[in-house]
Amino acid sequence: MASATSIVPSAGPVAGSRSFLSRLRQGDEIARIITFLFAASVVLVTLLLVFDLWEGSALPRHKFGFIFFRTSVWDPIFDQFGALPFIYGTLVTATVSLLIAVPLGIGAAIFLAELAPARVSDTLEFFIDLLAAVPSVIYGLLGVFIVVPLMRQYVQPVLKHSLGFLPLFQGPAYGVGFLTAGIVLAIMVIPYIISVSREVLLSVPRDQREAALSLGATRWESTWKVVVPFARGGILGSIFLALARALGETMAVTMVIGNTPAISVSLFASGYSIAAVIANELTEATSNLHYQSLIELGLVLFLLTFMLNGLARLLIVATSQRGAGMGNA
Amino acid sequence: MNPRLRWRKFVSGFMLTMTGVCALVSVSVLFLILGYLVYHGGTSISWNFFTKLPAPVGETGGGMANAIVGSGKLLLLAALIGVPIGFFGAIYLAEFSGGTTAFVIRYAADLLNGVPSIVIGIFAYSVAVLPFKHFSALSGGFALGLMMIPITLRSTEEFLRSVPNAFREAAMALGASKWKTIATVIVPAAYRGILTAILLAFARVAGETAPLLFTAFGNRFWSHGWNQATAALPEMIYRYAISPYDDWHRQAWAAGLVLLALILVINIVARAILSRGIAVPRS
Repeated sequence: MASATSIVPSAGPVAGSRSFLSRLRQGDEIARIITFLFAASVVLVTLLLVFDLWEGSALPRHKFGFIFFRTSVWDPIFDQFGALPFIYGTLVTATVSLLIAVPLGIGAAIFLAELAPARVSDTLEFFIDLLAAVPSVIYGLLGVFIVVPLMRQYVQPVLKHSLGFLPLFQGPAYGVGFLTAGIVLAIMVIPYIISVSREVLLSVPRDQREAALSLGATRWESTWKVVVPFARGGILGSIFLALARALGETMAVTMVIGNTPAISVSLFASGYSIAAVIANELTEATSNLHYQSLIELGLVLFLLTFMLNGLARLLIVATSQRGAGMGNA
Repeated sequence: MNPRLRWRKFVSGFMLTMTGVCALVSVSVLFLILGYLVYHGGTSISWNFFTKLPAPVGETGGGMANAIVGSGKLLLLAALIGVPIGFFGAIYLAEFSGGTTAFVIRYAADLLNGVPSIVIGIFAYSVAVLPFKHFSALSGGFALGLMMIPITLRSTEEFLRSVPNAFREAAMALGASKWKTIATVIVPAAYRGILTAILLAFARVAGETAPLLFTAFGNRFWSHGWNQATAALPEMIYRYAISPYDDWHRQAWAAGLVLLALILVINIVARAILSRGIAVPRS
């Protein structure tokens, strides 16, 4: 649009020239500036958030340094704060959740992308999207009243009998704890893995499948040895997204992890997570150092999810573009 | 058929069946959730739930009228922050900017989108609660609004972008200025998508609990005005579910049912609006 002149006489600029003034008179420059202010506020808020977390955690960063991440005493009375139990709990529950969610999610995504007819696939995807919309406090509610009793009465005793020789499955079965939190988290992140992986699998060019089938591969072999490796990056991206979500999840974990700042090998033991301790203690922090230590935990959470989300996006975009590029070739 | 081929076919059939089982298990979770909520919530819900204040500890009955109104207030505030910034920001991204500026804004929005809700809560607590020394509906709305911004922004931008360029060129060729083109051609063409984006953002923050614990905080009575702590449905579900009282547990189930029904209905309506759209090719 080199020279779009207005037909409105009063606002008509000199033909051909689109100077700043003429654009201003037509309202374009005003619209541009107004929308820019709105868009810029997003950047401003984000910067402010990062700055706030950084400034707000200055005290423990200077006082404890890296020791903060290595000690496990969390004692508001003596102003001693070590984050290890929370980091441990967060990592353990996220690991458990991925161990369950990754095979299930990828399996389901393969079914939706490779096997199911388009209509069935779209319908199921609709349900998966709804599942992703269920708020975390609802998962927490079901966790407290359905999953915890189930774990206490059936799952944990069975695990103890069959795999009790492993230190992972020892100790009393309370119902709450790392394992329960991990299972609830798994249920929450599965929809994310499914939708993103399905999308990535669908972007794999058709000729990849056809080539494999024409060489005599079975349907499964073409899927597992050709299509899935082709989409590997994007699937990995979906796992990172799920991991970021699992690390930052608050309500459901707070309600079922037991909220005990302790490190135990057993998955039956109750623990604590970063998000849970922030949720429980932020408004009740007894000292400035306590408050700022919680903010530092928030900063850790922020940096972790920031890196995972960035990595995930890169992988997903790279994989989809690879598919699109080969499809056109 | 040689044994090797038979084995390969068996593996193929078996593994493909397993993927179907995975899909079935994943989807059935939704129906399990719905089933439990309808079963437990349906028996606890009553007219009182919508009209009465929470009963004092020890008394049975009571409702969550204040939490329902509180959620409404918080969502209204969130929309006042999230929708304009998201909508106008998206117009800037899709129609005015290019190159580096757009990249920075998109990057910031994606960053904000990935921030765990609890961290948004910390931020809202430190900028909107601590300076005023009390919890308020305003601070809760601020936190939820922050979460709405990136969702609205990025999906509105997608829908604006999917309006064919011919529309823009046609309007320009008729002599319309750029903002007129946007206001009279592009936004109307994409309005179903934009409405969907806003509704989905709404549904997403309607169930957020973590940031509200530090901002709106909760209240067992009516909250007057905008400057007092207020109850909200998700926050009440949390507090009631971890309480030791059976009656509160029943109320938590009822609140869960109401909240989930609201969110699912918004989601379904949003998708229905989108799928009826003809002017905009689906992205």
